[in-house]
Amino acid sequence: MELFPQQASSFAPHVDALYGFLIAVTAFFSLLIGTLVVSFAIRYRRRSPGEIPPVVHESGLLELVWTVIPLGLVLIMFFWGAAVYFRITRPPTGAIEIYVTGKQWMWKIQHGDGHREMNELHVPVGQPVRLTMASEDVIHSFFVPAFRFKRDVVPGRFSIAWFEATKPGRYHLFCAEYCGTRHSGMIGWVYAMKPADYQAWLSGGAAGESLAAAGAKRFQEQACNTCHAEQAGARGPSLVGLFGKTVHLQGGQTVVADEAYLRESITNPQARLVEGYPPIMPTFQGLISEEGLLQLIAYIKSLSPSPAAGAAPPAPSTERKPAKP
Amino acid sequence: MSTPAVIDTQSPPARRVHYLNARYGVASWLLTVDHKRIAILYLIGVTFFFAIGGIYAALIRLELLTPPGDVFLSETYNKLFTGHGVMMVFFFMIPGIPGVLGNFLIPLMIGAKDVAFPRLNLLSWYLFLIGGLTALWAVVHGGVDTGWTFYTPYSTVYSNGWVVVTAVGIFIAGFSSILTGLNFLVTLHTMRAPGMTWMRMPLFCWGMYATAIIQILGTPVVAITLLLVAAERLFHLGIFDPAQGGDPVLFQHLFWFYSHPAVYIMVLPAMAVISELVTAFSRKPIFGYRFIAASSVAIAVLSFLVWGHHMFVSGQSVYAGLVFSILSFMVAIPSAIKVFNWTATLYKGSVSYQTPLLYALGFIGLFTFGGLTGLMLATLGLDIHVTDTYFIVAHFHYIMVGGTIMGYLGGLHYWWPKISGKLYPEYWSRVSAWVIFIGFNLTFFPQFILGYLGMPRRYHAYPAEFQVLNVMSTAGASILGIGYLIPLVYFFWSMRYGKDASDNPWGATGLEWQTPSPPPTENFPVTPQVTGKPYDYLTAQEEVAVG
Amino acid sequence: MADAAHALAGESPPELQHHFVDLEAQKEASSLGMWVFLVTEILFFGGMFTAYVVYRASYRAAFEGASNLLDIRLGAFNTAVLILSSLTMALAVWAASQGKKNRIVVFLSATILLGAVFLGVKVIEYSQKFEHHEVPGPHFVVPHGLPRQAEMFFSLYFCMTGLHALHMVVGIGLLSWLIARARRGDFTTRYNTPVEMVGLYWHFVDIVWIFLFPLLYLLGRHTL
Ligand code: HEA
Ligand code: HEA
Ligand code: HEC
Ligand code: CUA
Ligand SMILES: [Cu+2]
Repeated sequence: MELFPQQASSFAPHVDALYGFLIAVTAFFSLLIGTLVVSFAIRYRRRSPGEIPPVVHESGLLELVWTVIPLGLVLIMFFWGAAVYFRITRPPTGAIEIYVTGKQWMWKIQHGDGHREMNELHVPVGQPVRLTMASEDVIHSFFVPAFRFKRDVVPGRFSIAWFEATKPGRYHLFCAEYCGTRHSGMIGWVYAMKPADYQAWLSGGAAGESLAAAGAKRFQEQACNTCHAEQAGARGPSLVGLFGKTVHLQGGQTVVADEAYLRESITNPQARLVEGYPPIMPTFQGLISEEGLLQLIAYIKSLSPSPAAGAAPPAPSTERKPAKP
Repeated sequence: MSTPAVIDTQSPPARRVHYLNARYGVASWLLTVDHKRIAILYLIGVTFFFAIGGIYAALIRLELLTPPGDVFLSETYNKLFTGHGVMMVFFFMIPGIPGVLGNFLIPLMIGAKDVAFPRLNLLSWYLFLIGGLTALWAVVHGGVDTGWTFYTPYSTVYSNGWVVVTAVGIFIAGFSSILTGLNFLVTLHTMRAPGMTWMRMPLFCWGMYATAIIQILGTPVVAITLLLVAAERLFHLGIFDPAQGGDPVLFQHLFWFYSHPAVYIMVLPAMAVISELVTAFSRKPIFGYRFIAASSVAIAVLSFLVWGHHMFVSGQSVYAGLVFSILSFMVAIPSAIKVFNWTATLYKGSVSYQTPLLYALGFIGLFTFGGLTGLMLATLGLDIHVTDTYFIVAHFHYIMVGGTIMGYLGGLHYWWPKISGKLYPEYWSRVSAWVIFIGFNLTFFPQFILGYLGMPRRYHAYPAEFQVLNVMSTAGASILGIGYLIPLVYFFWSMRYGKDASDNPWGATGLEWQTPSPPPTENFPVTPQVTGKPYDYLTAQEEVAVG
Repeated sequence: MADAAHALAGESPPELQHHFVDLEAQKEASSLGMWVFLVTEILFFGGMFTAYVVYRASYRAAFEGASNLLDIRLGAFNTAVLILSSLTMALAVWAASQGKKNRIVVFLSATILLGAVFLGVKVIEYSQKFEHHEVPGPHFVVPHGLPRQAEMFFSLYFCMTGLHALHMVVGIGLLSWLIARARRGDFTTRYNTPVEMVGLYWHFVDIVWIFLFPLLYLLGRHTL
């Protein structure tokens, strides 16, 4: 019976090292307190009923010592923990883009090229994978123990997360946030494959239309193009090259156009108005399904060939950029 | 500190009039405003709800004995752990020690005749009972499947359980908690006997004072939050529903703003008990009185600044995560100070291993371990992996079951002679202490491993490779259950057949031991005058010789 | 001093509860208790104020638009009424401290009356909202030209003003109880704590409204 899950992602060694340190501290202090308490209890056991022990005088120095030492230790824990945390929360550029929708009680996965999976995720090893996740109903949580990776998927917003598999194999995928009756059934598998096998997997099976293409269709259906027509005098701003660029808002602030911003611009346009445009864009809150939103975002992303250098979120990695409609 | 009360020892207790035999009949109990009788009412109430919660726990462990969800349906299982969590937290842990030991002891310890607002005190108990029965009714008849955290939008839109009734039940009990805190705070401020300065107060009172602060400042927020959940469910207000532009994470902020401090409502009273036990059974003044008192208040204040550590993966900003992490570490320091001071108190003491001390030592060990695992959770990089797994379940059971219940049982044994006027059987009480300690560790230690291996919590069925550890856990739970039943039995037994207790069976200091056991209704024949520091065993020597 | 009080226990004043040393101690306890209670009340409303601030920040347009649909005249009138009631309450407390039985009754009744007026106006306001389908829930109709998060504004509007109104009702209940006791002549120059305590409560409820009015009716308003 093994005591630790296998290490199959680039995070795993770092998380486990941190865990090792914390186990050491925990063991040390638990044993220290345990042995002190027990040995005092035995060494100073009551000899005679009426016995009154001498008064031990308090010592400010001692209090200081056992305040400062723990303080120092927790600071180490904090900084080390924060370092690992940043590694896990900061997606690198040039990652494979995969779109995940959680819904009671299944995981729907869409690859950029149109491959769709259910409760299964195929990824190559040695290449960062960037997940853009949305929920259609309640909160779910995407959890792969072997990757030491977990992220809540909260309805009404995108959850961006990433990981890099390092060891080929088949690993548990759990839903870690309680989401109702079949919460424990919302599980699946992550297949980490050697790049070659992965390519083989991609080429096999009907890819269907790419995400961006589907998004383009919706862009017509929802009549977005009536305002966002790529021509002078259009009622809405052009969306070409928008993704990753810095947008100037009314009232002088600026914002980098990432997924969160795009989503907000569609579901709650009034929240942040683009400089020089009237607040005429209707809200599409509740009118477009989560999958539809993901497709629209994929489409808008596809309109920006190569992201402005240093822009927060990376664009789809070049070799797998979905075909333009 | 001696008072004429001591003389009462000679007169046989049987004929002496005290709070138990002063009046008879059901009405004399249900309408009493005597803080000691109200304490007994709480004792009955919380034991009942603990039994319910315990039975739920037993059923949970039964289901988890085998990987496939074969004993209960998923719906049923979800209702089991929700019922378990709700009953244990809101109707056992939170009212437990304050309601029973706090009510009984605070006036005795500060030399008062009663709490500041006796009628309010009785009202608190009724609110507690009504709230508890309301929730119980919902949990049994129909059931709730949201988990004790009521996360939205599941609880507001998707759950088909009796969320509203449960929320209302907790809301009512919340007011009981607020009023108790208010009552204790005012009592400690205004009812102290002449000479009982703040720095002469027993540490138990300091702990209850800190607890009261949290009950007063925290509970209203969760009350209104649950009210909003109920309202939203009934009228579709959409305040927490993303479909209408609401923000589920806002609910989490509001919920944890209370529910993190609430965990200190659950542990501060236990710490307060331990401070009394270690001095009494090593016959020494507590080491670092001021530091322990101050750390209680420090915990109370800091506890309001760390709620976000329950939301590290919920999508709150990275910087919020950093702030909540560092603050969570800070709140650990005062707890550390307490542990070290308790340990130092045993040093060069005159330690006698009677049952209450066994429980106290158990608390110190298990709380230390559970608390340190809390530090692991406060560590950002690690919590991402272990959050919402059995690691969390193990963490909080170590503190709440291993810590708080040990403290509660220790205190119950220590003050039982004062409460009932009888002595419990020492042999059996030691046996049960050991059974509980062993059963407990067998139940919950494997869950740490399970959690790190990745078994998510609130899972009705689980992959086969997790079975061995789950079987160990279930085995432990059965032992633990028996361990809890033994005291239940011998406490009842002792009320009839137990030996009569002297006024001060442990030879301890403190005003509660200066009055007869059980105390008269007005607590002290003559209002005591306090002349010295607490835990002053040297000057109390001659009394000790008597006791 | 405690023992002294004990010795006197025989002729201790009727209002003195058995477990207090003397009336000062008893009064100190009740006023401290009342203040602490008000602190809990602040936190009670605090939860909803937080929600309001958060959502106003993200749905400014919707909130400002929706707040324009509230009748500012009624709101302003009610504000005046409450401030007046605070005055009469203060007078009642003063009368109690003088032990002037009749005046206590008069001022308390005036306060009740004003409170009733406030609630009456609220009823009018609420019924208007019903007619205009501005009550959140299945029958809600998004006001013309507003983002649909306007519903959120009204949700908060009804929760906050509703809770406040509930406090008013409780307050009126307490005031009637006081009147009954005053009639019995319970309140003297020596003992009038209950009047003072209810006074504190009443002022608190008014202050809550002083915050609600600008938040809900005034902020970001462009038409009268
Ligand atoms: C009585 C209840 C109680 C208590 C006292 C604590 C105490 C602590 N808890 Fe715990 N906690 C819970 C009950 C409790 N907790 C519950 C119920 C949950 C789950 C809720 C749910 O999701 O259902 C939870 C969850 C929880 C989380 C969220 C995990 C997650 O969901 O992802 C975190 C994260 O920081 C945490 C941290 C801590 C910390 C740092 C302490 C600290 O206060 C501990 C301090 C104590 C010590 C540190 C030990 C003594 C110290 C020494 C002996 C000296 C050595 C010390 C140092 C080196 C510093 N707890
Ligand atoms: C605060 C107090 C508290 C206490 C005391 C306990 C006690 C126990 N808990 Fe509990 N537990 C929680 C608080 C508590 N728990 C909370 C807050 C949760 C989270 C819920 C959620 O996820 O929403 C939880 C969740 C939880 C889980 C996780 C469920 C899941 O996530 O799927 C498990 C699993 O093993 C568990 C087990 C136990 C066990 C074995 C005990 C044992 O200590 C119990 C031992 C007692 C008995 C076995 C009964 C003894 C018998 C009697 C007292 C008399 C019986 C009566 C008659 C015979 C008439 N608990
Ligand atoms: C009635 C006209 C109209 C329609 C229909 C419309 N928009 Fe807009 N959109 C605007 C205007 C005007 C703005 C600029 C002001 C603002 O930010 O709201 C805008 C802004 C945006 C932005 C932010 C652009 C930037 O530069 O920051 C995005 C993204 C966007 N719209 C996407 C969409 C999508 C997707 C649809 C269809 C589902 C859509 N819009 C439909 C008028 C419209
Ligand atoms: Cu989805 Cu749990
Ligand atoms: Cu916490």
